[in-house]
Amino acid sequence: MADVNITVDGKKVTAPAGTLLIEACKSVGIEVPSFCYYPGLSLQGACRMCLVKIEKIPKLQTACTTVISEGMTVTTTSDEVRQARKSMVELLLGNHPLDCPVCDAGGECELQDMTFAYGAAESKYMEAKNHKDEQQWSPVVYFDRPRCILCYRCVRVCGEGMDVWALGVQNRGVVSIIAPNKEDHLECEECGMCIDICPVGALTSGAYRYKTRPWEMKHVGTICTHCGDGCKTTLGVRRSDTGMEIVRGDNRDKSGINGDFLCIKGRYAFDFADSAERLNQPLIRKEGRLTPSTWEEAFELVGKHFAEIRDKEGGQAIGVIGSNRTTNEENYLLSKFARVVLKTNNLDHHRTADFPAFVAALTGKLDITASMRDVFNAPAILLIGNNPTDQHPLLGWQIRNNVRLHRARLYVINTLPIKLRRQAANFTQIPAGTEGKVAAFLAGQDSVAEALASESTSRENWIALRDKLRGEQNLIIIFGSEIRGNDIEVLVKFGSAIPGAKFVCLGDYANSRGAADMGLYPDLLPGYHRVADNGKFHREWGGIPTTPGLNLPQMVDAAKAGKLQALYVVGSNPIGRFGIDPFAFSKSFVVVQDMFLTETALMADVVLPAANAYEKSGTFTNTCDDLQLIKKAGEVTDTKTDFEMIVRIADAMGFDVRKLVHFGGGGTRADMGQSRGAQSGEADQHGVWLEAHGLEPKMSPFDPMAILDEIQRLVPGYDVSRMNLLAGNDQHTNLAGSGPSTLHNPELIVPANDGLFSSGTLGRYSRTLNSVIENRHREPAETEVAAD
Amino acid sequence: MAELVSHPDEVKIVSKRFGRGATGIDRYLELDGYKAVQKALGMQPDGIINEVKNSGLRGRGGAGFNTGMKWSFVPKQSPKPKYVLCNGDESEPGTCKDRLIFEHDPHAVIEGVVIAGIAVGSHTGYIYIRGEYRYLSNIMQQAIKDAYARGFLGKNIFGSGYDFDVYWHGGAGAYEVGEESALMESLEGKRGIPRIRPPFPAVVGLWGGPTVINNAETLASVPHIILGGAEWYASLGPAKNGGTRLFCLSGHLNRPGVYELPMGYNLKKMIHEVGGGIPDGQNLKAVVPGGSSTPVLSADEIDVAMDFDSMMKAGSMLGSGGVVVLDETTCMVKFALRTIKFYQHESCGWCIPCREGTDWLKKTLTRFHAGGGLKKDIDNMYYLSENMLGRTFCPLGDAAAMPTMAFIKKFRKEFEDHLEGRPCPFEKEGAVEQLPVMA
Amino acid sequence: MTFSDQFESRFAEMLSHYPTKRSVLVPTLLYAQDEVGYLSQEVIAELAQRLDLTELEVRNVISYYSMLTTKPRGKYNLQVCTNISCMLRGAEEIFDWCRQRLDIDHKGTTADGLFSLEEVECIGACSWAPAMQVNYDFHENLTVEKMDTILDEYKNRGMQ
Ligand SMILES: Cc1cc2nc3c(=O)[nH]c(=O)nc-3n(C[C@H](O)[C@H](O)[C@H](O)COP(=O)(O)O)c2cc1C
Ligand code: SF4
Ligand code: SF4
Ligand code: SF4
Ligand code: SF4
Ligand code: FES
Ligand code: FES
Repeated sequence: MADVNITVDGKKVTAPAGTLLIEACKSVGIEVPSFCYYPGLSLQGACRMCLVKIEKIPKLQTACTTVISEGMTVTTTSDEVRQARKSMVELLLGNHPLDCPVCDAGGECELQDMTFAYGAAESKYMEAKNHKDEQQWSPVVYFDRPRCILCYRCVRVCGEGMDVWALGVQNRGVVSIIAPNKEDHLECEECGMCIDICPVGALTSGAYRYKTRPWEMKHVGTICTHCGDGCKTTLGVRRSDTGMEIVRGDNRDKSGINGDFLCIKGRYAFDFADSAERLNQPLIRKEGRLTPSTWEEAFELVGKHFAEIRDKEGGQAIGVIGSNRTTNEENYLLSKFARVVLKTNNLDHHRTADFPAFVAALTGKLDITASMRDVFNAPAILLIGNNPTDQHPLLGWQIRNNVRLHRARLYVINTLPIKLRRQAANFTQIPAGTEGKVAAFLAGQDSVAEALASESTSRENWIALRDKLRGEQNLIIIFGSEIRGNDIEVLVKFGSAIPGAKFVCLGDYANSRGAADMGLYPDLLPGYHRVADNGKFHREWGGIPTTPGLNLPQMVDAAKAGKLQALYVVGSNPIGRFGIDPFAFSKSFVVVQDMFLTETALMADVVLPAANAYEKSGTFTNTCDDLQLIKKAGEVTDTKTDFEMIVRIADAMGFDVRKLVHFGGGGTRADMGQSRGAQSGEADQHGVWLEAHGLEPKMSPFDPMAILDEIQRLVPGYDVSRMNLLAGNDQHTNLAGSGPSTLHNPELIVPANDGLFSSGTLGRYSRTLNSVIENRHREPAETEVAAD
Repeated sequence: MAELVSHPDEVKIVSKRFGRGATGIDRYLELDGYKAVQKALGMQPDGIINEVKNSGLRGRGGAGFNTGMKWSFVPKQSPKPKYVLCNGDESEPGTCKDRLIFEHDPHAVIEGVVIAGIAVGSHTGYIYIRGEYRYLSNIMQQAIKDAYARGFLGKNIFGSGYDFDVYWHGGAGAYEVGEESALMESLEGKRGIPRIRPPFPAVVGLWGGPTVINNAETLASVPHIILGGAEWYASLGPAKNGGTRLFCLSGHLNRPGVYELPMGYNLKKMIHEVGGGIPDGQNLKAVVPGGSSTPVLSADEIDVAMDFDSMMKAGSMLGSGGVVVLDETTCMVKFALRTIKFYQHESCGWCIPCREGTDWLKKTLTRFHAGGGLKKDIDNMYYLSENMLGRTFCPLGDAAAMPTMAFIKKFRKEFEDHLEGRPCPFEKEGAVEQLPVMA
Repeated sequence: MTFSDQFESRFAEMLSHYPTKRSVLVPTLLYAQDEVGYLSQEVIAELAQRLDLTELEVRNVISYYSMLTTKPRGKYNLQVCTNISCMLRGAEEIFDWCRQRLDIDHKGTTADGLFSLEEVECIGACSWAPAMQVNYDFHENLTVEKMDTILDEYKNRGMQ
């Protein structure tokens, strides 16, 4: 767009045509105060804080609604403007309770800041203030009317941003009040966006209210542990009896791929971490019962058994199940540990998407996966399967707001009328299980058109839809786990013919992508290299068994047949998740690393209490292949990271851990400790152990950065800028150079089916999520009310 | 229902059919009805606009913008349908004239809407009538039905090939909805919150289409201009203030009522001759000349011509034609309080200065009138109003601030007489509950 | 929920007058209120559903307009204007007289459900002040004596 020149306070400003005056001012560092203006939400002109003087216009004008025009001359500092701002603050404070000392927003309140910067020293107001009691609208949302300044940000973010429309304005004039959709309570997605965006303390969260003051917290920027989208979040933490407690999550600085977005899970469901049911000491089965033990005893026992079984029965008698929630470094380490220490390829994890087939289809194609940022900017999006609103809240937000703000064209093909159809230019409902046929049709197989045609979508409609899609450019094709195996190749074939098209394959859990990329498969090594093909991992690691191992169901069968003598489960609950007969492994020696006594942990021989992703450092790869750094925020004493536990077990097995983790020199690009800041709390603890083992304490084998070095060196596409990664930026990985991969049995893919208020095991131990779910059940469903 | 009055100085144009049964379509036709629209159908749209522009007809809703000029802002070509919207929300205190038009001459409004439509190239008009005027809505709905039955509305009106639909729409109690952009919101089924301007309704209005919005009296005047000609109409009033208007005389008068007088008619004469002077031998204290939003004139300021420009010069406004007369027994503090109570009640609440300012003023005036006032309150109230003025989202804030400032400026002495626990000098003892004076 | 045939035919006709459904909302709410007496939860749910709105949106609109109410009112709602023109001609006396005679306050309803009282803003009867509306009927140039007769009439009508 053409540029427009204006003058603000004597400064020349040039900005693209269509820019709002308030933004033009901001671009040259001139701050125009505002309450109701919020970038990306509709304009209001309601608070009148942004009044400025524009030459030749008699009245002051709102900078937030004025579009700049050539030659405009603006003053933001005259006495008249200053007086206008001062009086707005005075008017607002008139009816304001001024209870800052007990208000959650105290210290972070825009009204406080404005009063400080622009307000009057003394109050002229001496009338009685309008009072109203605080209301609880939901387990997470509280509302205090007297503090509300009616900026309508909450109403807009809920409606425009979330497409929930749960908030409105009731009454008029001075008794206007923000109102929830169910008269006295809310029924909504509980995302907390409204709370986050509230400039004052009118909306507060059940999770955080009255817990602490902003300045008493330490803030750590990390990544959400729940779904596969990888939202950046700043956690507010403070000391507690058992370590460091996380009390708040938000992304107010709008850094990262999610801007200020977080869903309920990212914003509140970190509370599983301080659940009373957290395991905080190792357990060993003695006389049939799980009994507390020391770490040393536990590691020794595990090491001894694993080594014996490996040496007597061979590695094929041991199975390993990895996690979708551990870091890339831990997954890589586990993959390596299984192969070179346990000598087994019997390695698997809960597969929620067919990433191997996706990689196979993409082989040799450069820049063909879309990042989470791309999803917000693409001119057109095709979504097949999945329900992002529930399963991928950030992705849903990106799509929705791309449509709203950039007028992207959205095409939705789904078996259900999912919520995103409301943003769709075209919504096509299909019978369950026909997603593959859709792929085939799109790729040009006209013969399936008959099978797809229905009452609502005729053959002609299908052809018209395909023509429209073919006419798009830079289309992003997003598909859920409904599309697997060969169907992915077919879909990629269709998309590759569209100029600039990119793909997203949706997997569940925070690091399912990382689990796949790091080779938690019986037949694939990191980077989707087949175990059978002699390659760089075979050379680097040495001694990788070359026959593909057993997958999860095969391991169960082997265990039942008495052939699987040991099972090592890291951060996974296969018995609970897949409904496996709990006695299937009764003949095996089972070791489980977890936070909770899950169904799997309950039948284990050794249970090791694990730290979660908020309690460690490393990297995650989200479902859009964006690699991000996670940092340690919370801490529960007497838990250990899975990373450390794997290394300790290797050590207990008599394995030279230097060969597992190349720490302390060894010619790798070692990180000189700058990234270990968050780990430093554990330094003493580690120091003792390191010394006892005659190891170099400067750089420990528990340092995930040493493995990140190896990942960046060996896993294709992960050679991103380390500097950017450490700075907290997302780095899009590139799968193009990955191994040839393999096609698996698609039935091994079991979607997590987590909704907005569930998150597998983590969700079960989250007070917030449980209270929201309970609260919902208590209410009669809307349809029941309307029935008579 | 409301009784009609008359005076020899009246020039009956808009009111010429009042009391003559013109709600019936046949009677309306006998009294020159639907002639103007047929004439307009034979004119060029620009010709109609010029005629109205040259007539000097200025908006009777309050702002007094030249009507023809407003119509000329509507783009000739528009991808979205264009609309004509008649503003019959009439809620400005002191104003009760549109009511008479709807009651006695509904077809004139319809005719005006159609002519405006032809002029701007619109095919749909809405007549918005405030919810309280249910009986007028019934009259209007019947009139519209009758016009359709005769082929004066709908497809191919008067066999001209031009299609035009007119619909009635009703409000449900809100002064702010009379503001043009809030009016559109209300018509679209929403809360009456004004819209950001620009864009102005003439460019982006109802459902995004260009929309002409005029007061009912403005539109009812249009057919007369088309028939009588711009020159004739302009000649009735002073320069740039063509024609006549309905003045609603109310308050302390012997003969209150709605009178149609030429623009520029002298206010003093209007009060003492047309309105019959002040009853009970009392003297005049003040006049609110154009509805409650206009700054008050004191007794010595009333020798002015009642047209838009002269009133502006006199420091007030012609407004909506509501002339409210106050005799010497009136307590100005109480009058100011009742005025601000109205704005506090009717503020839509959207913007800070109006929402908070009107509430603050109301609270202070309440306390003040009850004897709890302090000297600094007087300046505070002035300061508050000054800070609302020109800074609100829509003119309602100004409408609250302007009169308050005028009351304080012109009747400061009366405010001072209420200070420090002194009872209101105009009230019977004990009529107002006394409030304590705060430190 | 069922409305009268008249309501339904008017509703259907009005829908055809606008390019969007929700445009009929404000007048429709008033007609619905006239039938039911107030805007009950049932009415709100029904209209929301018919006009593709959320109940919240409907409630937000209702609460904006002063004539609309979600609480039952008396059979005859006395709306006494006390705004400037009426005030100058004794409206406050009229209002106080009503309060005393009916023994209810602003927005109150008599125990027998016959009368409600409301102090309202200008109703467009300024030249015939003081004035009030009983439901939709105007009563103008009021005096206390006139009020007595008017109230008696309504009372009789209401008893029948
Ligand atoms: C608060 C407020 C209330 C208004 N109420 C009315 C009204 O009831 N009737 C009316 O015709 N104009 C009213 N107006 C003026 C309208 O906004 C608009 O200017 C007018 O309808 C245009 O018509 P006109 O040019 O024919 O006067 C009001 C304006 C404001 C700011
Ligand atoms: S929590 Fe989220 S969905 Fe619920 S009201 Fe707030 S913004 Fe809307
Ligand atoms: S609750 Fe907060 S965000 Fe919502 S309107 Fe009030 S101040 Fe603004
Ligand atoms: S969208 Fe996913 S990553 Fe983002 S906050 Fe929610 S659960 Fe966490
Ligand atoms: S000035 Fe502001 S609060 Fe007052 S009516 Fe207009 S928009 Fe509403
Ligand atoms: S920021 Fe411009 S009016 Fe609120
Ligand atoms: S002031 Fe009472 S009707 Fe206008």
